[in-house]
Amino acid sequence: MNDLATLQQTALRIREHVLAMAAGPVGAHVGGSLSAADILTVLYFHVLRVRPDDPHWDQRDYFILSKGHAGAGLYATLAERGFFPVDELATYARPGGRLLSHPTLKVPGVEFPTGSLGHGLSLGVGLALTTQLDRRTNRTFVLMGDGELQEGSVWEAAMAAPHFGLDNLVAIVDRNRLQISGRTEQRMRLEPLAERWQSFGWNVLTVNGHDIAALLAAFEQIPIQPMQPTLLLANTVKGQGVKFMADRKKSHYVTLTADLHRKALRELHEGAKR
Amino acid sequence: MSLSARTTPAPEWTEQFAASDREIYRKTLLELAQRDQRIYCLDSDMGGLETSFQASLPGQYIDLGIAEANLMSVAAGCAKLGKIPFVNTMAAFASSRAYEQVKIDIAYNNLPVRIVATHGGLAAAYLGPTHHAQQDLAAMRALPNMTVMTPADAVETAKMVEAAAYLPGPVYIRLGRNRTDLVYHADYDFAVGRAVELRPGHDVTIVAAGSYPVLAAVAAHERLAALGITARVLNMHTLKPLDEAALVAAARETRGIVTVEDHSIIGGLGGAVAETLAERAPTLMRRVGIADAFCDHVGDHHHLIASYGVTPGHLTATVRELLNR
Repeated sequence: MNDLATLQQTALRIREHVLAMAAGPVGAHVGGSLSAADILTVLYFHVLRVRPDDPHWDQRDYFILSKGHAGAGLYATLAERGFFPVDELATYARPGGRLLSHPTLKVPGVEFPTGSLGHGLSLGVGLALTTQLDRRTNRTFVLMGDGELQEGSVWEAAMAAPHFGLDNLVAIVDRNRLQISGRTEQRMRLEPLAERWQSFGWNVLTVNGHDIAALLAAFEQIPIQPMQPTLLLANTVKGQGVKFMADRKKSHYVTLTADLHRKALRELHEGAKR
Repeated sequence: MSLSARTTPAPEWTEQFAASDREIYRKTLLELAQRDQRIYCLDSDMGGLETSFQASLPGQYIDLGIAEANLMSVAAGCAKLGKIPFVNTMAAFASSRAYEQVKIDIAYNNLPVRIVATHGGLAAAYLGPTHHAQQDLAAMRALPNMTVMTPADAVETAKMVEAAAYLPGPVYIRLGRNRTDLVYHADYDFAVGRAVELRPGHDVTIVAAGSYPVLAAVAAHERLAALGITARVLNMHTLKPLDEAALVAAARETRGIVTVEDHSIIGGLGGAVAETLAERAPTLMRRVGIADAFCDHVGDHHHLIASYGVTPGHLTATVRELLNR
């Protein structure tokens, strides 16, 4: 368990790592990694039962990054949590390394390779259903992007989880309201999002996805009801923490020059002091 | 070769396998699952499994409804945690609607999911091109880690399903739909990836996969024999891994190869054999199968594939043309 200040410091370091990866030769999916950074921090440093030195520990909670585009954010989190050395982050997208833009099984701590959208929740249903059948206490957490919810397979899984009474399954939506071409509500409307999930039989908690105290409180409530899955609808900002990227669709994929990298770090630290 | 397909079968033998490949598969799956609690039946509203499998083993039956993408990914999740899921859907849906889930969640993870697809090729017949699967073997064959098989009859279906249950990686088994005549009238040693020589021959080799094609090949053998031509008949029940040794031997020991399949002539059995022989033992070849076109004329399965030349008569003519006699 970590106190609030420590978690905030961890989230800041994760954002620093993401910016460093985006300063590499091919850039990175920055916006969605920064919007998910606080959620990933709370999950890996407070919520998830994991053993970094034994990634396949059979009592662990399972985490699936369905929005595989945020690979950089996940790598930064896994490295900070001790699944592999932080130094390895410098090999992101470098030939010969194992840190591809989208996560693969070669990375310790990754349960499923992801990147093509709309797979994670179904995989999560498979894990949660199996652990339920085997009367095991492992929980499964799936982090999805909001644009990803436009994939039809998400709704197949959304229908299945309440049907099987999977109270050991937690879906989290990183609701940053942007996808590559612009605002989600203009590209393909998602609202009323909470009501849609509720109508499928999910317990929905809405939370500020950048308020670590609020995230901690929300995860404390899970599961809200036995035999019902939980959806954490986390309102976030794409590119959160860096002013010139925040809530901009251009933050989706960024290659930072040395100057922009310095500027991004400066804004990150200024924002953290406030 | 232990097989003697011309042996007159005992009445109890024909009785035991007097069913479609699908019925024998379902019976075999239930028997396997009764012996091994890790085996799960994952259904997608196929009809019938609820009264057979679910009624007997409700704890090992999961119905995902009409949602094939979710079905495949859920199967991957189950397999990751030690289950042996048998996924039930139609070939058209397994290989096209849910192909991305099969590719990434099952094949890329190399998980032991067994996809058993019915209505392979044109077996859906009257249901039309939406339900036809003339591309499934090509699609599945292109996936790394995937074993791809299709049995010749009910006897082979039972053996294939048993063998598939404990292969380490993912498996695609393609079944037809109708009951077809038995090819095997005696027990034999089935091995994944090893072709079966159903008939000996030294003039030409007919390589077949699937029930109607194998039956047509065996019948063509008899017709050719009457013309003084001996045609070796290979049942290539496993398309991947392909029995390259049997093919190279056939190319060297006979004067040409004719493939026959209930699948597009692009990328399936004919494609696989051509790829192998072009590199290892170039030889004269003809491919008999579904032309590169959608099939929307009306007819039963037998009628439809016959219209594409999957018949003893067309095979005989093809062999004679190839041998130029």
